[in-house]
Amino acid sequence: MTSSVIFAGFGGQGILFSGKVLATAGLVEGKEISWLPSYGPEMRGGTANCSVIISDSPIGSPIISVPNVVIAMNRPSLDKYINVAESGAYIFYDSSLIDEEITRKDVKAFPIPATKMASDSSLTGLANMIMLGKMVKESGAVSYDLIMDGLKKVVSAKHADKLEKNIKALDLGYNF
Amino acid sequence: MAEKVLMKGNEALAEAAITAGCRHYFGYPITPQTEVAAYMAKRMPKIGGTFLQAESEVAAINMVLGAAAAGVRSMTSSSSPGISLKSEGISYMAGCDVPAVIVNVERGGPGLGGIQPSQSDYFQATKGGGHGDYHLIVLAPASVQEMYSLTIKGFEIADNYRIPTMILTDGTIGQMMEPVSLDAVEVKQFDKPWSACGQRGRDHRNIINSLSLKPEELEQWNFDRYKRYEIVKEKEVMYEEFMMDDAEVCIVAFGIAARVSKNAIVEARKQGIKVGMIRPITLWPFPEKALKAAAEKCKAFVSVELSMGQMIDDVKLAIECKKPVLLCNRTGGMIMSPDEVVAKIVEASKM
Repeated sequence: MTSSVIFAGFGGQGILFSGKVLATAGLVEGKEISWLPSYGPEMRGGTANCSVIISDSPIGSPIISVPNVVIAMNRPSLDKYINVAESGAYIFYDSSLIDEEITRKDVKAFPIPATKMASDSSLTGLANMIMLGKMVKESGAVSYDLIMDGLKKVVSAKHADKLEKNIKALDLGYNF
Repeated sequence: MAEKVLMKGNEALAEAAITAGCRHYFGYPITPQTEVAAYMAKRMPKIGGTFLQAESEVAAINMVLGAAAAGVRSMTSSSSPGISLKSEGISYMAGCDVPAVIVNVERGGPGLGGIQPSQSDYFQATKGGGHGDYHLIVLAPASVQEMYSLTIKGFEIADNYRIPTMILTDGTIGQMMEPVSLDAVEVKQFDKPWSACGQRGRDHRNIINSLSLKPEELEQWNFDRYKRYEIVKEKEVMYEEFMMDDAEVCIVAFGIAARVSKNAIVEARKQGIKVGMIRPITLWPFPEKALKAAAEKCKAFVSVELSMGQMIDDVKLAIECKKPVLLCNRTGGMIMSPDEVVAKIVEASKM
């Protein structure tokens, strides 16, 4: 099985970070992994995206032209990736930021008001983890235990105080 | 085997340099290689090494020349426009026969170009780049693991032959993360009796210099250097063969283009096309013999590269133009999709 996951949104939403958490979870599981970010000025306020591939077999290109999972955290990102996603793909989008209905009928669409949920729960800035939690639950790209392991590995000891909030946000999404 | 860690290509390369014993890094920031400098800035002070952000690329490469002349392992890294600036210094290093590692994490050009990945410095890297009769040894990693292993190899090979070695990679391989095993490897070290590190009881001073106003002498220097190049060509060629056993179409690609090509080969084989790949790992020396042998059994070649077609010349030379060579390329920071490569494979299979 190969999960080809694209995370996309604005710079600053934690797009690259959520990708890293997923990739690390895959690493813990012993899968083949690649993580490819957009880089340069995009990281500083423009659109940001990252491609994560988790596979049982060796990965050729780290570039995803046809994703089977998309996490979109702004409208330009959803518009960009909805049309290239595989038939049957999982599409997760932040419905508190994207006022749009998905017209494609051959994909599984999950609107999640993640930014609103985050601010309602004093977890501002952690909408990315809410989206990731829901994605893990629905797509099964990795298990719940593995994504928690991945998160614990990625949040460095220096920022241990932030771990609890990240876990809370991930759970919030997972149980949504 | 050590536990695998997730690392960016640029970071794995920097860690490899430290493993190889490099304690002198001189650089100047430029996207998409800045992580190399950032990593060195963090690590070098902790291990008694030198990280220095020079005032320019020109200064940085001359600091590398100086450190290498003193006999220590040193490195600089940059991206395409920065490598053009360093090219004068690189030519001097080749002329002085000082070994060091120079990293080019390529971006689109020419000029200031863009910041997205490219392979359009192939000519610059393999044909000289600076002035005069010289080559660099050029290594082309295609994974984060190879960013690690080939950088260590680069230091060894440079010291062994006193030839500056370039790691030629691109923004994708530099920026991507993959699991990498930082195995404790035994790194080869070499005596450097030629180095300018004090007279040390010798009856003469070692002088590191590329200037000779006697043409007879300069010619002899060049002859001697090219004798070493012949040994390198004989002993140091590296390449990977992928699904070549029964291949009728042979892709030639390196770095990220080889990664995309692997996907395309798997896809084309599902359509019943017998296609394989020769991936040069050393771009100089180029795997001429392997390609020549492939020309005996393959009916067509496809050069897949992120440039307007540079390596394709070396492919044609290696196979002595005995078989047609198609070009599958994107440039300016664009990367071909596997489908674009498949289309070329189909075209080649009908020749």
